[in-house]
Amino acid sequence: MAKPKVATASLAGCFGCHMSILDIDDRILKLAELVEFHKSPINDIKKFSERCLVGIIEGGCCNEENVHVLQDFRKNCDLLISLGDCATMGGLPAMRNHVPLEECLAEAYLHGPTVHNPAKQIPNDPEIPLILDKVYPLHEVVKIDLHLPGCPPPADAIWEVLVALLNNKPIDLKYGLLRYD
Amino acid sequence: MSDFTFTIDGVEVPANKGQTILEAADAAGIYIPRLCWARDLAPGGHCRVCTVLVNGRPQSACTHPAGPKMVVEHDTPEIRAWRKNVVEMLFVEGNHYCMFCEKSGNCELQAMGYRLGITTPKYPYMFPQRAVDATHPDVMVDHNRCIACGRCVRASRDLDGKNVFQFVQRGHHVRVAVNAEGGLGRTNLSAADKAAQLCPVGAILVKRVGYAVPVGRRLYDVKPIGSDIEAKRAATPSGK
Repeated sequence: MAKPKVATASLAGCFGCHMSILDIDDRILKLAELVEFHKSPINDIKKFSERCLVGIIEGGCCNEENVHVLQDFRKNCDLLISLGDCATMGGLPAMRNHVPLEECLAEAYLHGPTVHNPAKQIPNDPEIPLILDKVYPLHEVVKIDLHLPGCPPPADAIWEVLVALLNNKPIDLKYGLLRYD
Repeated sequence: MSDFTFTIDGVEVPANKGQTILEAADAAGIYIPRLCWARDLAPGGHCRVCTVLVNGRPQSACTHPAGPKMVVEHDTPEIRAWRKNVVEMLFVEGNHYCMFCEKSGNCELQAMGYRLGITTPKYPYMFPQRAVDATHPDVMVDHNRCIACGRCVRASRDLDGKNVFQFVQRGHHVRVAVNAEGGLGRTNLSAADKAAQLCPVGAILVKRVGYAVPVGRRLYDVKPIGSDIEAKRAATPSGK
C-alpha cells in the first residue's frame, strides 16, 4: 500500500511551526517511514499532483494568495490541520486587525521612522498578492478539521496528533501539550 | 460537623448553613470551574463558568447557597459544553494574544481553556478596539485582555476601601473604568492593593515583575487549574 501523503504550507506565519515539526528530532525518520511528504516547503514541491491525507497549515490568511493556497489545500487534502496560534486565531499578524488597513500601509510605506520612499508609492502591482482587510484565522476561510494551537505547538503535540491520525486513534493530548503560548 | 448534606453528581457533599455550592464543593475536593470568583471576595456571579444545575435549574454555583437534599449536576456533557461556550466567547470578544502576554502560564482564562480542552473557539474573532492605560507608575491596565469578571471592582471596594475600579456601560459593552479622569495614574491605587493583585488574566499587571518565572515552572504549566482542590478529595479516604 502506498504511504499516506502529508502536505504542509506556511501562510502568514513565521515558519516557527515548521521548525517545531522538525523539532520532533529523530522521530522524523520514523515519520518518513510512515508518510510521504508531498507539497511542502520542506521538500519544495510546489504543486499538488496527488491527493493527500493530511494538510498541515501554519499562519493565518492575510492576502489573496494565502486564500488561494488554503483553498487548494482544502481541495486536495482529506484532513486539514491548522497549526499554531496564527492559523487558529491570527496570531501576531492579527495585531494589525486593530488598525485600519489604510493606516497600516501608510505607516509601513510613508510615515514609518525608517521609510525611504521619495516617490511616496504604496506597492500596488498586480504581481503582488492583494492584502486582505484583516488577518483571518484559517477556519474563518475554509473548513478546518483539527486545530493545534501554540506559539509554536510543542513538537510532541504535533507527533502525537500525526501518530493518532495515521493509526486512526482518537487524539488525547496529555496536559501541557495543548497550549496557547 | 456539617449542618446538612446535598449531592453533586450523585456524590454526597457535607455543607454548612450559609455556604455556597461552590464553597461546599471546594471543601469536598470537587472543583467547579470558575473565573470571576476569588477567595476573600464576595461572589459576583458574573462569568457563569461555574454554572451547575440545581434541582434541574441552571444556577451559578458561586452565588447559590447550598441547601439540604439539593441535587446538583456539575460534570455532565451538557454543562461542560455550556462552560466551554462561555470561555470561548471570552476569548473571541477580547484580544487574547497568549504568545506575548506576560500573564501566560499564570492566566486563569488560559488555564480554563486548557482544562476544558479548547483548541480554538468556534465563534468568529471580534478583534475589538480596546485601550491600554499605562498612566500609573507601577500598575498597567490592558483592556484588550479584560474579561469583565469584576474582581478588581470588588477588591478595590471591599478589601482596599478605595473604589478605584467600576463597571461602566451595559450588556456586552460593559467594561471596567477607573474613578479618575486622566486614567489609572490619577487614582490612589497602589501596586500593593488587592485590586492590583487579583486579576485572573493579564488585564491588570504590576509593572516590572513580568516573565520572572521561566516557562515550565509557571502556575499552570504542569498541573491543570483546580487540581489543588481535587487533590483534597484524593487525599481523603472517603472521597471516591
